[in-house]
Parts: sequence; C-alpha cells; structure tokens
Amino acid sequence: MRQRWIVGVAVVLALLLLAVAGGRFGVSTATSTPNLEGLIKAKGLTPDQVRAAVQTFVPPGKYDEYLMFASGGQSGQVLVFGMPSMRLLRVIGVFSPEPWQGYGFSTETQGILREQAQAREALTWGDTHHPAISETNAEYDGQFLFINDKANARMAVIDLRDFSTKQIVRNPNAYSNHGAVVSPNTEYILEGTQYAAPFPFKYVPLTQENYNTHYRGLATFWKFDRAKGRIDPSRSFQIELPPYWQDLSDFGKFESDGWVYMNSFNTERAIGGTLAKQPAMEIGASARDMDYMHVINYKKAAELIAQGKGTTVNGIKVLSLKDAVANGVLYFAPEPKSPHGNDIAPRGDYIVVGGKLDPNVTVYSHKKIQQAIKDKAFSGTDPYGVPILAFDRVMEAQVKIGLGPLHTQFDDRGNAYTSLFLDSAVAKWTLGAPYKKGGDAWKLVDKLPVQYNIGHLAAVTGDTAKPGGKYLVALNKWSVDQYTNVGPLFPQNFQLIDISGDKMVLLSNTPVGLAEPHLVQIIPLEKVKSWAVYPEVGTNPLTMKLDPNATTIGKERIVRKGTTVEVWMTAMRSHFTPDRIQVKKGDTVILYITNIERAKDAIHGFAIDRYNVNLSLEPGKFETVRFVADRAGVFPFYCTEFCSALHLEMAGYLEVAP
Amino acid sequence: MSIAVIRSEVQQALRHPTGYQIRSWVAAVLLALSLLLPYWHLTLNAPQYPGGLRTSVYLTRVGGDAAEIDILNHYIGMKSLTFAAPLERTLAVPLVLAGVLAVTASAFLGRLGLLLQAPAVVFPLGVVADLGYWLWRFGHSLDPTAPIRLDPFMPAIIGRSTVMQFVTHATFGWGFLLSAGTAVLALYNIITWSRHR
Repeated sequence: MRQRWIVGVAVVLALLLLAVAGGRFGVSTATSTPNLEGLIKAKGLTPDQVRAAVQTFVPPGKYDEYLMFASGGQSGQVLVFGMPSMRLLRVIGVFSPEPWQGYGFSTETQGILREQAQAREALTWGDTHHPAISETNAEYDGQFLFINDKANARMAVIDLRDFSTKQIVRNPNAYSNHGAVVSPNTEYILEGTQYAAPFPFKYVPLTQENYNTHYRGLATFWKFDRAKGRIDPSRSFQIELPPYWQDLSDFGKFESDGWVYMNSFNTERAIGGTLAKQPAMEIGASARDMDYMHVINYKKAAELIAQGKGTTVNGIKVLSLKDAVANGVLYFAPEPKSPHGNDIAPRGDYIVVGGKLDPNVTVYSHKKIQQAIKDKAFSGTDPYGVPILAFDRVMEAQVKIGLGPLHTQFDDRGNAYTSLFLDSAVAKWTLGAPYKKGGDAWKLVDKLPVQYNIGHLAAVTGDTAKPGGKYLVALNKWSVDQYTNVGPLFPQNFQLIDISGDKMVLLSNTPVGLAEPHLVQIIPLEKVKSWAVYPEVGTNPLTMKLDPNATTIGKERIVRKGTTVEVWMTAMRSHFTPDRIQVKKGDTVILYITNIERAKDAIHGFAIDRYNVNLSLEPGKFETVRFVADRAGVFPFYCTEFCSALHLEMAGYLEVAP
Repeated sequence: MSIAVIRSEVQQALRHPTGYQIRSWVAAVLLALSLLLPYWHLTLNAPQYPGGLRTSVYLTRVGGDAAEIDILNHYIGMKSLTFAAPLERTLAVPLVLAGVLAVTASAFLGRLGLLLQAPAVVFPLGVVADLGYWLWRFGHSLDPTAPIRLDPFMPAIIGRSTVMQFVTHATFGWGFLLSAGTAVLALYNIITWSRHR
C-alpha cells in the first residue's frame, strides 16, 4: 500500500518535471529537433548543405535581400528573381508579346513592339542578352533597366516604377548587336554590332574584297533622356569601326571616365564559305593569336558629332572611321584571341579581358594606355589605319587562372571572379595595387567547380563602383545531370555562390526552363522603388500620367462616329461597365478601359473571345485596345485574372451584327 | 446691454478670467479642433487584407480605405459610404462653429450664457445617435438583388462584430474625444454655475 503511494508520487513528480522541461524548452525539445535531425538524416544532407539551405531560405511572407534581373534569352523577355531564394518573381515582356501582361495586345504596347520594326519585319521575338540597370555615379540607381536584342539590333527601356517596357529602338545601321552597358550617369547606353554587315544597311555581295571595303562594325551610343525615360535617337550617335566583330564593352569610370573599352574578334575578317572549300567561320576567325580591344574616347567623339563632324545615315549621326582615327577617338590594344569579357575594375583603373582560348586573364592599365597614346607607343596600324598600341606598354598583368576565361566581376575586398567555360569553374583571383599589395597581388586564390559550361557570372552590384561582395551567380549553359529529365531541351542552371568568405561556397541550384539567360544584374532590394498600384486612377502606362480618355464611375459611355465605335469602360470587382457592346461588322472598335480599383493586387484582365484581345489592368491602369470587328457573332468578353468571388461573373457580350 | 458694458465685461474677463471662462474657452477650442479630426474608426480584418482596411469618419467626410470598403460592400448590396449622412456633413461646419461661438460667448454673458453651454453637452450624444441611425439604416437597406444576401444587421457602434470573413472593430477617434471633453467642461460649468457668479 505504502509502496504504491511512493510510486504514485514519483510518477506525479516525473510528469511535473517533464511539464516544466517542456515548458522551458518549448517546441524545440518537444518536437522539432528530433524531426529536423531525422529529416537531415533521411535526406543524407551534409552540414554544409544544411547551412546553405538555411542561408538561402526566405520564410513565407519575408522578402529577399536582392533583386536579380536576368536576360530572358530567346524568350525575348526579362526575368526577375529574388536573391538568395532564387525564386522567380516575374517575367517582363520586352521583345515578344506577353499575354499575361497584355503586352503586345493593347494599343499602347503594340506601339512599343512595332515602333521601330521595319515595314516588312514582323518580329515576334528577340534574343535578350545583357540587362543594364541605370547608374548614378557608377552605381545602380534602380530607376531603369535596359536590355539588348542581339537578333535584331534593338534596345529596350524598362521603367522600374512599374516593371514595364516603355520603348524599343532599332539600330538603323546594324543587323545584330551585343552588349548593353551604361555610362556612369546613364547619359548613354552602348552596344557593339557583333556581326559586321554592309554599311549602311543595304545589299552588298559577300566577297572578301567587298567585306573588307563595304562591311563595317559600329559602336552605337544611344542617348538616354532620363527626365523623359526614353532613348533619344536624334541625339544618339555611332562610330564606324572596321569589320571586326565588336563584342562586349564597358564604360570607364572615375580616372577612365570618358573612355570605352570594347572587345572584338574575327579581326581575321573571315567570311566562311565551307562549301567552296574555304575555312569554316570558326577556323578562319581564330587564325591569329591576337584580336583587338577597341580603346574609344567617346567624349571626344560626342564633341566631334556636336561640331558637325558626323554624317546622318538612316536617321542617326555617324562619325566616320577616318575621322575617328584622325582625331584620336579610336586605338587598338592587342588582346588574346577570341576574347569575350571586357570588364572594368571598381575604381576604373584596370580593364580585365578573358581570352576564351587562353589560360590567362589579361589586365590592362588605363593609365598605361593613356601614357602609350601620349608617347605614340604603337606597334603598327591595322589595314584601316587604326594605331595599335604596343602590348607590353599597356598590359599590366596576366594571371593564369584556368581554361576558357570569359567574364569578370568584382567584390568589395579587391578580388575578381572570372568564369572559366572550359574548366566549368569560377576562379577567384586578386587585383593589384591599390586593391591588393605586394605578394598578395595578381594571384589565383580559389577555384570552385560549377555544373556546367559557365557563361556569364554576376556578383551583387559586381560591375559597379561599389561591389557588394556577398553573393555571386554562375549562369551555366549545360545542366546535364543536375535535374530530372524533362525532355532533350535541358533547363539552364543558375548556381548561387556565397563569396563572403575566403572560400567560395556553392549554395543552391535554380533551373531556368524557359530560355537561355546570358547575363544578370543584382541590386539591393531597397534601391528599387516600385509602385504597388498606379498612383492615379487612369494612369496611362506609356506616359505614366493620367490619360485624357480615362473614365470614372458614372461616366462610362458608348459613342458611335461613322463606322468607329468608342467605348469608355470601367473595370472593378466584379463587373465591366458597360457589359454589353453592340457594333456592326466592319466597325472599328476602340475600347478605353480604366481599372478604378485602389487595392493592391486587385488586377483585372480583359479578353474578347476569338478577337485575340487580352489586356492586363492593374489597379489604376488605363489601357486602349483597337480592332476591326470583322466577324459577325456574339462574342463573350471576360476578366482573365481571378479577381474576386464573383470573378467568373465578371463578363459581358460584344455583339457584332452582320 | 450697451456696447460699452460688453466691452468692459470682455476687458474684465480677459484681464482676470474666472475658472468658468477659462473652461468655456478651452471647451470652444477643443470643439473647433474636433472638426479636423476623425470621430469614428472602423477597421476590417480579413485574411486577404494583411494589416486590415481602415476607414475614418470625420464630421465632414469619410477617409481611409473607404473606396475599397465600398467595393466590398456592393457584394452585400450595401450603399456606398458616399451616400451616408449628406445633410449632417453639409451642416457640420456651421453647426460646430455656432457651438464654438456659443461656448465662447457664454463666458461673457449671464444666465443666458448658461443656456448657450447646453448644446455642447448634447453634441457628442447627438453624434453617437446619428452614427447609430446611419449604421442601422445601411444595415437595413441592403439591396435585395445583391450577389450575397444577408439578413439585415446592425453593425456595432463600438467594439467587434463579424460580417462574412470580415471581423470589424469600431472605435471612437480623437475628434469625438475632444468633443466629449467639450461636453464635460460645459456640463461642469452648468453644474457649478451658481458658484461662478
């Protein structure tokens, strides 16, 4: 009896102790620690992997630290990711129609897409390569994003207030382009031509002689008017260049401000002709050991244009090759053959070139280049009379980092990071003085394998005057075995790498399954000040101002003028007003639709069945759609963005009488 | 009373104000200030509105997320807030200014002045009654053709109530509290009047 009593007390005490312990250590001891360990064990994770998972995890409802703008490759669009979570936040329609955003369907956006296309070109795609965030004092300011279309020599302007494309300009004298870089205060956006072509834009039969005489490359400086948020072609200019294939470039900053460095390849001027027993392009274009880095004094060029030196060719001012050479605008510096990246160090003092077929990165000093120009230290001239600077007078260092060096970005501690295509790796190496001194300078310090065939890489603000130094992304062309098979068209592989320590640490893989992005730019989240709703009800997304045709409740109306029917419509949860539109076959229908909502995310779509119409109407946005009602019938129209409990009921009819 | 008498009364009051007079003036200032401040707040919380929706009712207008609340209310057939209390909103400024004037003037007047304190005492009660009337009216004139049909209801003037997925909280604002302060001062003046003079 007495023993039972003691046992009873002991049990009660034990329970009490357990309760106290449970209360003290809370959930962690009671449930999740064993579960977490169990999870890690079950998945066979290493401590490094667990650390990486925690480091990149962004809890529900929390935000990423950085925004990453990636080119959308063959999709013609721009992709926006959060970093470090690497979640895709949105796609921005740029060179291809994008139905979700109504991009290419509203009159406003059709205008952007068609603005600069030539009459017979019905372009429905682009090949976006190089995003460039607008800069102030050589740092990202988060106001605008520019992106090139390599396939059609176009440049687009995206306003980061609403993450929407505002303008596309087409290079009137080029077929293709490469690179989009901005000057330290975004006065200009620069593109190289990539593939030399007859200049001006016309037909010239492709013979070696014609190629040498009539084909040209161009450096195109698009003038950006920040107040208007638009490129101004009338104040833009081009510099005529020899028919080498001008590639990536970078604007100088601080001591190199006013200068531009631009790679070129195929200085052999190979024109292919494999069926005629000529060497293939890739053979012919890689014959010589050196290509030419173009050293361009663009401020001088702009002055010459302002003085009337240029001639207007197809609507844009062009400084001739002859004038460029005669006035000290253009010099060449030999660079290892088939170079790719051309990247300027944070202080504007060094230019780093990755020669794809050379195990070194070659570093040039801006000061040495200026001195060599002053001293006329030339090793000769090219066939077009462009002075070639003596290599040993301008080269600062060569750092042996591995095979296939391409692109270089920087951190805040004097390190450079270069992608190695052939080695499938990222090399971390040190810059020289003033970044690193003595024995620490110009040295390979770390190498991290990536999966696989890395193209560009990008570090946080890694090409600006103030690199962030926290993360780096490797943009790998091949993913081979990294993802489950989804058919022979494999996703691209973005790899997030922590570069904050001495050793680079791979954190995560992100498949990109919609096209091949080339370059990204990474900006701290707080630098981008975007709108959650359009600031005024009736804002036209092109002008970013109240549109005169914007409508409010009670002012909706349908007005017929001859064979044109104009409809002023409002959209709100859960109805369009008016919800019935009657026209006759052959009428031109113009709809002016205003989303009068003010709540975040109260988005409506507007689609008309069988008429290829779909708009996106974000809160406060005004859009126009114009079409000819060329088929009789009764066509439902409806809201395509699930807006409310009565979303399906948000519909109406377009009656087209025969 | 001649002008001269009034002037001397005023001068006397300004030079040596009594407690009664100071209270009257403070009351007048509070009442005037209340015109600029919200009298009543309504906060609506629902899962899809993190942070909630908040509307503030002033004597002259409705502020805050009124437009969004109107959009939501139309599903249950409730009238737009813009239709609430049109007469009251129009009369609010002249009425309150008259009250301010009355309380200010009462400091200089005799027994008649005492009478002028009375409206200030009743005013906040009137506001509550009127608010209650409009809440009742809005809750009892739901459009029978609305997509979502609810039984007529009386939203809470103060505190919590629930309509569909929305939990609403109603509170008085600073404007109401100031007018209540005016009422308390005026009431005190009335109660203690015999001692003033």
